Amino acid sequence: MLEIILERFSYIPIIILMMTGLYVVIATGNLVKRLVGLSLFQTSVFLLYITMGKVFGGQPPIIAGDAHGGDAGHGADAAAGYGAEAAAGHAAETAHHVAEIAYSNPLPHVLILTAIVVGVATLAVGLALVVRIREAYGTIEDDALNAADYSLETGSAE
Amino acid sequence: MSPHLILRVVSKLLIPMIVVFGFYVQFHGDFGPGGGFQAGVIIAVAVILYALIFGMEEARRAVPPAVVRYGAALGVLIYASVGVATLFMNGAGEPLNFLDYDALHPDQGQHTGQHYGILLVELGVLTTVASVMLAIFYAFAGRVPDIPDEEW
Amino acid sequence: MDMLASLLPAGIAVHAPALIVVIPLIMAAVAAFMPKGLWAWGVTLVTAIAVAVLSLNILGQVSTGGVISYAMGGWLPPAGIELRVDMLNVPLLLLVGIVGLLCVIYALPSVADEIAKKQQALFYSAFLVCFAGLLGVTITGDAFNVFVFLEISSISTYTIIAMGAGKDRRALTASYNYLVLGTIGATFFVIGVGFLYMATGTLNIADMAAVLEQNGHDRVTQAAFAFIVVGLGLKAAMFPLHVWLPNAYAFAPNFVTAFLASTATKVAFYALIRFVFSVFHPEVNFVAMSFTWLFAVVGVVAMMVASMQAVFQTDARRLLAYSSVAQVGYMMLGLGMGTAAGLSASMLHLMNHALMKGALFMALGAFALNFGVRRVKDLAGLGQTMPASSAAFTVASLSLVGVPLTVGFTSKWYLVTAALERGWWWAVAALMISSLLALAYVARLLSAIWMETPPAGKAGIAPARRLAPWMVLAPMSLLAFANIYFFFHADPLVGLARAAANAVMGGN
Repeated sequence: MLEIILERFSYIPIIILMMTGLYVVIATGNLVKRLVGLSLFQTSVFLLYITMGKVFGGQPPIIAGDAHGGDAGHGADAAAGYGAEAAAGHAAETAHHVAEIAYSNPLPHVLILTAIVVGVATLAVGLALVVRIREAYGTIEDDALNAADYSLETGSAE
Repeated sequence: MSPHLILRVVSKLLIPMIVVFGFYVQFHGDFGPGGGFQAGVIIAVAVILYALIFGMEEARRAVPPAVVRYGAALGVLIYASVGVATLFMNGAGEPLNFLDYDALHPDQGQHTGQHYGILLVELGVLTTVASVMLAIFYAFAGRVPDIPDEEW
Repeated sequence: MDMLASLLPAGIAVHAPALIVVIPLIMAAVAAFMPKGLWAWGVTLVTAIAVAVLSLNILGQVSTGGVISYAMGGWLPPAGIELRVDMLNVPLLLLVGIVGLLCVIYALPSVADEIAKKQQALFYSAFLVCFAGLLGVTITGDAFNVFVFLEISSISTYTIIAMGAGKDRRALTASYNYLVLGTIGATFFVIGVGFLYMATGTLNIADMAAVLEQNGHDRVTQAAFAFIVVGLGLKAAMFPLHVWLPNAYAFAPNFVTAFLASTATKVAFYALIRFVFSVFHPEVNFVAMSFTWLFAVVGVVAMMVASMQAVFQTDARRLLAYSSVAQVGYMMLGLGMGTAAGLSASMLHLMNHALMKGALFMALGAFALNFGVRRVKDLAGLGQTMPASSAAFTVASLSLVGVPLTVGFTSKWYLVTAALERGWWWAVAALMISSLLALAYVARLLSAIWMETPPAGKAGIAPARRLAPWMVLAPMSLLAFANIYFFFHADPLVGLARAAANAVMGGN
C-alpha cells in the first residue's frame, strides 16, 4: 500500500492543489477569491502535465552539437541529424535516432505553455469582469449581488 | 528633490537593459530557449516598471493605449500573414501547406526558410504579447488614480 | 456535390481547411483596426461569406473525395497538427458557416442598438475570434487543439456576453458565472486529454483511437473518459451542468444569443460525439454502459426538468434558453441509444434545432429592437404590431414543439423511430411528455403574441405597426422558411446526419 502511494507521490500535491482550488471556487462568495481558486485548480493541471513529461534519468531534450549542420546524414550522426531532420518536418522518422538516449518528453511542456496562456487570458477576462461588476453593483460578494438582482427583478415587475 | 530619486535613476539605467535583454531572448529564440512569448513579457515589464516609477500618465505618453490596441492586432496579422505567404510562395514548386516555413527561402537543404519563418512568426508573437500584457496592465491600473508622491 | 467541390480554384480549395479557421482569425485583427462599427461589420460580413463559401466547398470535397487531412506547416500527422474533415464535422462546419452568415447579416441593426459606438469594432473583433474558435474545434484533428480552440471561442464568448451590460447589468454576473463554470469544464477536459496522452502517447485523435483499439482500456482511460464527458458536457450544457446557460442567453446582446444558441453548444456537443465515438469505441464496456445509464438518463431528465422550468419563466429569452437545455437533452438521448440510427437522429436534431433557435432568438431580438421588450407578458399584441416577425417566430416555435410540416417533427420522428428500434418505450413516452411541455411554454409565448391586445399608450410600446429592418427580417424569415422547407425536402439534412453517423459508427 505504502509502496503504491510512494510510487505516485507526485500526484499527491497535485490532487491536494486541485481539490483546494475546486473547493475555494465552490465555497467562497467573493468573486476575486473564486478566481484565485480557479487559477489554483488550473495550476494543478499544469503540474499534472509537467510531471507526466519527466522521464527518470532522462536528459533535457536539447540536442548538443551543430544544429545548423544541414542534412547531416540519416542516422550516421544522430545528434546532428535530429536538428536537421526535425526542421525537415519528419519528426516521426527521427524517433528511432533519439531512442538510444533517454530524453524527458518536451511535449507536455509545450502544451502547458499554451494552457498557461489560456489561463492568463481567462484570469484577465475574469478580473476585468469583476472590476465591471464592482462598478455596476458596488460589491463583489455573491450574496449581495443576488440580493441586488432580486430587488431589481421584483422592483421592476410592477 | 524627488522622494524616490534612487528608484528613478536606477530604473532609468535598468529599463533600456531590460528591453535589450528582451530582444536578446527574442532573436535567440529560433535555436535556443527563448522566443517571442518570453521576450514580449520582458519588454512589457520594462514599460510596466516605467509606469510604476514615473506614473501612469508618463507611461501612457510613452506608449499610448492606442498603440497597444493596434499592436495586439498587428502581431496577429504578422503571424497569420507569414502563414498566408507560405501558401502562395511555393518554395520549390510543389504546393506547401499553411505555415510551412520552407517556402520562405529557396535553400531547402539548409532549411534557411525555417529560420526566417520562426523569426517572423516570433516577431508577431512578441508584438502581440507585449501589447496584450500592457493592455491588461493599463486596463486595471488605469482604473485607480496614481498614489501621490507625498503618500509614499 | 461536384459543383460545390469546384466552387473554388484548386489552389485555394487545397487549403480550404486551413483558410476556414485562419480567415476569421486574421479578420478579427483587421476588424480591431477599424475606426467605425460599420466598417468592422463589413469586415465581419466578408469573413462570414468567405467561411460559408469555404464550408460549402469542403462539403463538396468531402462528399466526392472522402476524408480530408491537412497537415499544418507540412508536419505530417500523428506528430504534427492535423486538420481533419470527415462527414461528421462537415455538417457542423456548414451549420456554423451558414447560420453564422445569417447572424452576421442580422447583427448590424441589432448591434447598433445594443452596443456603445466606441466598442462596436472591438465587439465584432471578439465575435470573429469566437467564430474562428468554433470552426477550429470543429475542424481540428488534434485533441489538445480542441481544448485551445474551445477556450479561444469561450473566452471571446465571455466578453461578448458581458457586452450585454449596456442594457442590463446582469449580463456581467451571467458572464462571470459562465467564465467560472466554462473554465472548470475546459480544465476537466484538459485533464482527460492528459490522461489519454499518458495512456496512448499521442494527441492526434485518429491515432489515439488506433492505439486504444490496440492496447485496450484500463483505469487511466476510464478516468479520461469521465473527465472528458464532464468537461465537454459542461460546455454543451448537458443537463445538471447547464446552470450557466439560461442567464448567459438571457442577458447577452440579442445577436450573440442567436449566434450562440445555434452554434456554440452544438460545437461542444460535436466534440463530445467525436471523443465518445471516435476515440473511445461505443462497444467498449464502460462506454456502452455510459450510454444507457448516463447519456440517455441525463437526456430524459433534461427533457423533463428543463422543459418544466421553461414553462415558469417570465423572461422570454430565459424561457427559450431553458428550452435549449431540454433540446440538448433530446440530442443526448439520441447519442445514448448508441446506435447509428440514434446518432443520426441526434445529429439531425442538432441541425434542426439550430434552425429553430436561430429564428426564435432573432425574432425576440427584433421585438427587443423595436419595442425594447423582453418579458413574456410584454410580448402582448405583437402579432398585430409586428406581424412579419411574429409569423417567423410562430413557425419556428411550432417547429420547436414538433408540429407536423416543420423540421421539428422530422427530427422527433427519427428520434422516436430510433428509440423504438432499441425497444426503449420509456424514451418514446418521455419524448411525448416533453413535447407536451414544449407546447405549454410555446403556447404561453404565442398566446401573448396573438391573443392579447397591445397595451395602448404605455410608454415605450406604441400600438402602431412597425416593421423590423430588412436586415433583421431577411435572415429570420429565411431560417423560419428553412424550418418548413426541410420538412418537405428532408433528404439533404437527413443524408448529412446519416453520413455523419456512419462516419463514426462505420456501418451503413
